[in-house]
Amino acid sequence: MIEHLPVILITVPILSALLILLLGWHDRRFCYPITLATILFQFVGGIALLIEVMRQGTIHYHIGGWAPPLGIEFVIDTFNGYILPIILFLAVAAAVYARRSVENEIEPEKIVSFYVLFQLLVTGLVGMTITGDIFNLYVFLEISSIAAYTLIASTRRPRACVAALNYLILGSIAGGFVLLGIGNLYVATGTLNMADIARLLPASYGLATVHTAFLLLVIGFSIKVALFPLHLWLPDAYTEAPSAVTVLISTVMAKVSVYAMFRVVFSVFTTAYFVETVPVTELILLIAAVAIVAGAVLAIAQDDLKRMLAYSSVSQIGYIVFALGVANQVALEGGLLHILGHAVMKGCLFMVAGVIIYRLGTSRFSDLKGVAATMPVTCATFALAGASMIGVPPTIGFASKYYLVMGALEAGYWVYAAVLLAGSLLAVGYIWRFIEVAYFSASSHHEDGGDHCPAPAVREAPLSMLVPMVVLGFLCLLLGIFVEPIMEIVSPAVSLLLGGA
Amino acid sequence: MEAVFEVFLSHYNYWMAIILIMIGFYALIAKGNLVKKLIGLNIFQTAIFLFYISLAEVEGGIAPIYLPEGMEAVYVNPIPHVLILTAIVVGVSVTAVGLALIVRIYEEYGVIDEAGLLKVVKRR
Amino acid sequence: MVDATGLLPAVTVVTPLLAAVMILVSGRHENIRDGFTVAAAVAMLGSVVAMLPSILAGERIAVSLIPLLPGGDLALRVDAFGMVFALTAAVLWLLNSFYSIGYMRSLKEHAQTRFFFCLAVAIASAIGIAFSANLVTLLVFYEILTIITYPLVVHVETPEAMAAGRKYLAYLLIGGVFLLAAVVLTYILTGTTGFAPGGFLAGSAPPLTLQILFILFMVGFVKAAWMPLHGWLPAAMVAPTPVSAFLHAVAVVTAGVFGIVRIAGWVYGMDLLASLGLGTLLAVIASFTIITASLFALTEDNLKRRLAYSTVSQLSYILLGVSMLSIAGMTGAMAHIPIHAFLKITLFFVAGAVIVAAGRERISDMKGIGRKMPVTAVMFSGAAIGICGLPPFSGLISKVYLAFGAVEGGVPILLLVLVASTVLNAAYFFPIIHTMLVASPDDERSLDSVSEPPLLMLVPIILTTVASVLIFFYPAVPFMDLVEIAIGEITGSVIP
Repeated sequence: MIEHLPVILITVPILSALLILLLGWHDRRFCYPITLATILFQFVGGIALLIEVMRQGTIHYHIGGWAPPLGIEFVIDTFNGYILPIILFLAVAAAVYARRSVENEIEPEKIVSFYVLFQLLVTGLVGMTITGDIFNLYVFLEISSIAAYTLIASTRRPRACVAALNYLILGSIAGGFVLLGIGNLYVATGTLNMADIARLLPASYGLATVHTAFLLLVIGFSIKVALFPLHLWLPDAYTEAPSAVTVLISTVMAKVSVYAMFRVVFSVFTTAYFVETVPVTELILLIAAVAIVAGAVLAIAQDDLKRMLAYSSVSQIGYIVFALGVANQVALEGGLLHILGHAVMKGCLFMVAGVIIYRLGTSRFSDLKGVAATMPVTCATFALAGASMIGVPPTIGFASKYYLVMGALEAGYWVYAAVLLAGSLLAVGYIWRFIEVAYFSASSHHEDGGDHCPAPAVREAPLSMLVPMVVLGFLCLLLGIFVEPIMEIVSPAVSLLLGGA
Repeated sequence: MEAVFEVFLSHYNYWMAIILIMIGFYALIAKGNLVKKLIGLNIFQTAIFLFYISLAEVEGGIAPIYLPEGMEAVYVNPIPHVLILTAIVVGVSVTAVGLALIVRIYEEYGVIDEAGLLKVVKRR
Repeated sequence: MVDATGLLPAVTVVTPLLAAVMILVSGRHENIRDGFTVAAAVAMLGSVVAMLPSILAGERIAVSLIPLLPGGDLALRVDAFGMVFALTAAVLWLLNSFYSIGYMRSLKEHAQTRFFFCLAVAIASAIGIAFSANLVTLLVFYEILTIITYPLVVHVETPEAMAAGRKYLAYLLIGGVFLLAAVVLTYILTGTTGFAPGGFLAGSAPPLTLQILFILFMVGFVKAAWMPLHGWLPAAMVAPTPVSAFLHAVAVVTAGVFGIVRIAGWVYGMDLLASLGLGTLLAVIASFTIITASLFALTEDNLKRRLAYSTVSQLSYILLGVSMLSIAGMTGAMAHIPIHAFLKITLFFVAGAVIVAAGRERISDMKGIGRKMPVTAVMFSGAAIGICGLPPFSGLISKVYLAFGAVEGGVPILLLVLVASTVLNAAYFFPIIHTMLVASPDDERSLDSVSEPPLLMLVPIILTTVASVLIFFYPAVPFMDLVEIAIGEITGSVIP
């Protein structure tokens, strides 16, 4: 049973999606427990796989017993063994969070479809993470994308449809590019297995086919990852989507897309290609640096909390791609740490936004004055996650920034390191906006002495939304303090990436 | 002159694919009507499919459906065909979702072209 | 040396953190909440004093907490110099706690729970800075201090306070970023960030790199308020006075100069600084700050802002002492940390007392206030005289050492700076004394409602002034002894 865990992680959610569909038509109340149970099961499975990988090394699973390179295989090494529990944990958190939020924002008749798509999205993302076949990667990419398009549009607001359509068009273009890139790789090597391609590719490094493939794949994934300036679909999609969906796609989907980019660039093309043969790292670094600054500046200019967080995501993705651009051990450790850190931080922050929308119906800054008085736990959690975003020690945001700066300085990129640090200062600009509005704005003054005034009826978030939010918030702090154990997984993962597949 | 013609002729599948992709892109970007954009997307995707299939070509090969002759017959490379079957399904699903979204947009806003949509959305 | 005493450093840092949590929890019940503040202050002082004997005997207590980042674990190390800061901070926090409680209750301020929570975490950070064993730990606590003092600065929540808060945060966070760069660079150059007496940077990089690194550190320690990066400090005066007292004497600014002295003695080492010519750079910055800030002080009518500029000036005395790169100079610098702290906090306490008891902030409004608040005004006068460097207050001690240090370091021109500064000090302090004690109020009746501040505020004022006098008469106990040990550590010699 345990040997088949990889494929079980894919088939169970598909079956559960069908189950939700069938049972949900019967009685809507079945959807949520089934979803939660499935994702919890997947999370446990993910942890089990990670433990197995740390103990015994890379796991190869041949689907249907067909041996690669003709058969499709699932490969779990330290890199995706690290990513998998992270995304599944965030999926669990999003699932727990989703219950009330979905009731609030989605029409009752559509709730069944919502949970079905939720499952399918997670399926697609898990599949993307563990596959070792590049076309399989594309298939799962499209599965998750289609589910995402639909999920974004599932709320009552009509603007969501426009956002979803925009995302659909851009996402499909991205998928098309990825497909073309895969095609080129197939032409050059004759195989679709990632490890095999990496083996065969060096012979063809000079071919235009390979260059084209690299270009197409990187651009395709950059659109998916929302690397500036290919990020145009992201702000609308994140803002208009239902809160639970935003939490899910901003953390899980974004991270898996980044994972796919790293996987293709490092494990298929390997550093021998993109660092030595065709040195593009400086260019990538430049784009990443621009992304960091541009995203942050645009975030500061927003007057809606969710939209601000969306642009912040654009900036933070820049940090991770920055690690790719520097491409040395330390910087990549920082990048991988940031994948974990950003998932936790952004998940927490979007949950805060969702809670505020749940209670107040709006997320515009002008409507949020003094909200810290009525929702103290929520705002405190925002402060914690926000501090991590800025990079205040001892949070995880600080740890990843430390590594990134160290990596950049070690490689001699003084200017880029300075840009990185400037970016973290800009983050203060947009995080502080909310802190000021929530805590220090006009409406919460009590004139008659300290805390004696009768508190207004505290309408804090409901428990099922509050708990995952607070847990994620504390994780920002805890992961930052106990960062050494995480590095024990991250370091071998980075060595693996840099050493080639 | 001869050489250029040569290059064009020997790689005509690449050229056709590129031309079709550009047509698709053009429709996607330049056309205001949402449905036309979606058609452009379809053309773009189909061009990619055609490109793949053309790569599978083996001289004198027949369609890769297993015949009673078995392995004595010469087939074209089946793998791209398989991949494209999957990709076609993906393309169909995407088109379906896209069209559903457009229908919904039309129901809500009453417009179906990009410029009108921008105006209406801003007003709301 | 590990067992029980080994826990004390961690206990010292954790106690106020625990208190902070309890303050949050007991927020509704004023007395319990404030009781926690006081209890934690007492406990912390006890813990610090408990470690004093072993430190005076020349030992050090080290405890490593958590492996954190490449470059340094989160580790604490109590040595003589750290003890100087920590002891000052612990004693003054205790007094400040009583004072704050009195101040907040008298003015019936809002959000007191948030206030005391932030104060508790801030003192924990300050102690963390004092006891840090390496640059990474220093950086961590340094940044926490920045963030946690923000709510204190913007406490009154007026638009003016919010603007000041933004300025405060901008300066300090930008400084923090420079500090991060400096720490990372140090690690890359040397493979370690642990403090070592006499420094560990020598020979690790070309001179230009080390000079640039020093500048990065200087900007990083913007909390030392050296000009022209001092703007955040006068702006921060919008905070309630207990915060200003805390910022100016106990935590934030002292952390800034503490950091610079640490870098000078335990990262660079005095010889390296001399060979890089950084002594001159520091001397220029310090002299410029001392003189210019004093001149600014002359123009301020708001008492707190005048005191703010005085602080900017006084902090650079410490930098001046370091820049002399001589033993006496260093001694004067280190000694000035507690000396200035006790004197300055007295002055700020009085400023707050005047606000509470008379509702006045501007010096021109304080004419003849000494008649109704005699004790307070006399204490102010005493502390002001002390800052000017006159006996029988402790200010004389550090001035003397600095003077000797200038001669010893071969930079007699700095004597001129000291003299000029003393004159300026008198120029901006004596008028205040005159106004308070000698002048007669414009309108006799306006002083009717004025009286001495409540005891919770008055007693700390008296205590700090008395302490300053005691330090003058018994300097060795314990501060000068500690300073002596610290100097011995970094130079391997004895002070006269």
